[in-house]
Amino acid sequence: MFAFTVRRIAQGLIVMVVISFIGFAIKHNFGDPVRELVGERVTPVERAQIRQQLGLNDPFLMQYGRFLNDALHGDLGRSYFFKKPVTEVIMSKAPATLELVFCASLIVIFLSIPLGIYSAIHPKNIWSRIIMSGSILGVSMPVFLTAILLIYIFSVELGWLPSFGRGETVKLFGFWNSGMLTKDGLLHLIMPSIALSSIMLPLFIRLIRSEMMEVLESEYVKYAWAKGIKAKRVWYVHAFKNTLLPVITVGGVQLGIMVAFTILTETVFQWQGMGSMFIQSVERADTALMVSYIVVVGFIFVVVNTIVDIIYGLVNPTVRVTGRK
Amino acid sequence: MSTLLSISRLNVDFALRKSTLRAINDVSLTIEEGERLGVVGESGAGKSVLGFSIIQLISKPGFIASGEIQFQGKNLASCTYEEMRSIRGNQISMIFQDPMMTLNPVLTIGSQMRETLQAHRQISTAEADRICIEKLKKVYIPSSEKRLKQFPHEFSGGMRQRIVIAISLLTDPSLIIADEPTTALDVTIQAEILDLMLELCESDNMGLMLITHDLAVVSQVTQRIAVMYAGTIVELGSTALITRDPQHPYTVGLLGALPQRAARSKRLNQIPGVMPGLAKIPPGCPFSNRCSLVEAICRSTRPALETKQSGIQVACHMVK
Repeated sequence: MFAFTVRRIAQGLIVMVVISFIGFAIKHNFGDPVRELVGERVTPVERAQIRQQLGLNDPFLMQYGRFLNDALHGDLGRSYFFKKPVTEVIMSKAPATLELVFCASLIVIFLSIPLGIYSAIHPKNIWSRIIMSGSILGVSMPVFLTAILLIYIFSVELGWLPSFGRGETVKLFGFWNSGMLTKDGLLHLIMPSIALSSIMLPLFIRLIRSEMMEVLESEYVKYAWAKGIKAKRVWYVHAFKNTLLPVITVGGVQLGIMVAFTILTETVFQWQGMGSMFIQSVERADTALMVSYIVVVGFIFVVVNTIVDIIYGLVNPTVRVTGRK
Repeated sequence: MSTLLSISRLNVDFALRKSTLRAINDVSLTIEEGERLGVVGESGAGKSVLGFSIIQLISKPGFIASGEIQFQGKNLASCTYEEMRSIRGNQISMIFQDPMMTLNPVLTIGSQMRETLQAHRQISTAEADRICIEKLKKVYIPSSEKRLKQFPHEFSGGMRQRIVIAISLLTDPSLIIADEPTTALDVTIQAEILDLMLELCESDNMGLMLITHDLAVVSQVTQRIAVMYAGTIVELGSTALITRDPQHPYTVGLLGALPQRAARSKRLNQIPGVMPGLAKIPPGCPFSNRCSLVEAICRSTRPALETKQSGIQVACHMVK
C-alpha cells in the first residue's frame, strides 16, 4: 500500500509539471509583463532595459525553470489589476469556491447513493421511473438555466432565499472566510450548491444505478442469494461494495470537474469565488491571475484524483496486492 | 432410508413478451437421504433450471407454473420468501459452476463464510470462525486460520472451489445441489474435487444432486442418473445399469459418442441434428425428430416415464 501511494503521488507530480508548463507557455506567449509594469510614457530603450533586467530575453526553458522555482516557493507572479501577489488574491477567493464545491459534493453523495441503489434494486417500481426521468431532466438542463429558475422561484416569487452573494461570513484562522457558520451564510449557500450539483447528481444516480444493476446480475450475487443471506446484506455489502469501485474512479474526476464548473454558478449568483475571479481576469487580460487559476485548479484536480486513487486501493483488494509486490 | 427430496410433476415456465416457454416439462424425481443423483443433459436441456427451481432462484422471467417440491415436510414450491431464505444455504446448499465468479472479489473468505452461518444461526464471531476453520480443514485447505483473512484472488481455481464446498458444508446441509462443479476446472483438479465431494457426502450422509453434461463425472460419483432432454427426463435409473445398458435412444447416442467407450479405429457415433430450442420442441416425443427408431406414435403422443423390463424408467414408446 505504501509503494502504491508513493507511485500515485509521483504520478500526480508529473501531471503538475505538465500543467505548469502549459500555464507558463500561455503566460510567455500572451502577456507582456513590461506593459503591465510600466506606463505609456516609458521609452522603448528603457523598456528594452527592463526586459533585460527581468530576464525576459533568456531562453524559454530557462525562464520556465525560474517560473517553476518561484511557483514552488509560492510565488506565481503579481496581478496587475489587484496590485497584489496572485497567490494572495486566489487565497482570498478560494474559500468561497471550495465551500460551494464541498456543499454541492455533499448533496451529490448523500442523494445519489440512496437514490441510485433504490432504483437499481427496484428497476420497475414507479418511484424508480420518476427518479430516472427526473435525472434525464436534470442532466439536460444547463446549470445557468437551473440557477435562474431557482432564483425566480425561491427568491423572486417566494422570497425564501437570497439570490446573490455569500451573505454574512466569519473569518477563520486569519484567512478563511467561511459562510458555513452563520445562518445567513448557510441560506446563501443553498441555491448555489443545488445549482452546482444539478448536473453531477443525476449523472451519479444513473452511474450508480447502472453499475449496481450489472453487479446484481453477477454470479457472486446469485451465489450470495443461494447462501440464504438476508436481502439487506446482499444489496449493501455484496453488491454495493462492488458498485463503488467504478463509481469512485469516475466520481473523483467529476468532483474535480465541479471545481471548474463553478464558473457558471458563481457568475449567476455573483458568488465571490475563484470562478468569477477567473472570468474577470480574462476580461481584464490579467494573464498572471489567469495562469495561476489554471495551475491552482489543476493542482486541486490532481490532489482529488490522487486521494481517490488511494481510496480505490483501499476498497479494492486486488489493487493493494499489486501495490505490495 | 427415507425420501429427502421429492419433485412431482414440476413445470417451470419462462414468461416472454408474447408467450410463455416451458423450460421444465412435467418432471418428477426423488432423492433419498444420503443419495447421490446425477442430472445429465446437453446445454439448454433444463438441468440448471431444475436445480435452481428447487431453491426458488430461477433467473427472471422464469417461474414455477405448477408441481410440488417436497423437502423435509415442506412444499418448497409454495414457501414464503422468508421460509425459503432460511432453507437456502442452510438445509440445501448450492455449489456453482465457476469458482472464479462465485466468490465476491472484495470480501475476505472469512466474511463470506461467517455470513452464511450468521444468516441462519445466532452465533458469535469466534464460534463462527471456529466452524469455518474446521470446514476449511475438511476440504484440505492448509493453514486455514490465516486463509480466513485473505481475498478470493489470492487462491487458485481449485482452491476456490474447495472454499465454495467448505461454505456449502458450514451449516451441515442434508442436500447439496452442485451445478457443473468441475466444468471450469482442469482435469486433474476435477478428479480431486470429485473425490472430495464423494468423500464428504459419504462421511456426512448428505444427499447430492450433481448437475453436469459430463457422463464420466456422473458415473464416478452418483448412484442414480436422470437424463434430461429438452426440459423432460427421458431416462431415470441406477448409474451402473444405465451406463452398462442404456435404454432410451438419446442416452444410447450419448454414451455411444464417448471416445473412451468406442472401439479403436472406428468413427465415433453421433446423434444427428441438434436439440431443438424451447419454442421448437416437436409435438409427441421431444426427441422424435432426431431418433433413429421413430414411428408414427412418437410424433403424436408424448411418451410417459415408465419402468421397463430392464428396471430403468424410460420415456420411450419403442423401449419394452
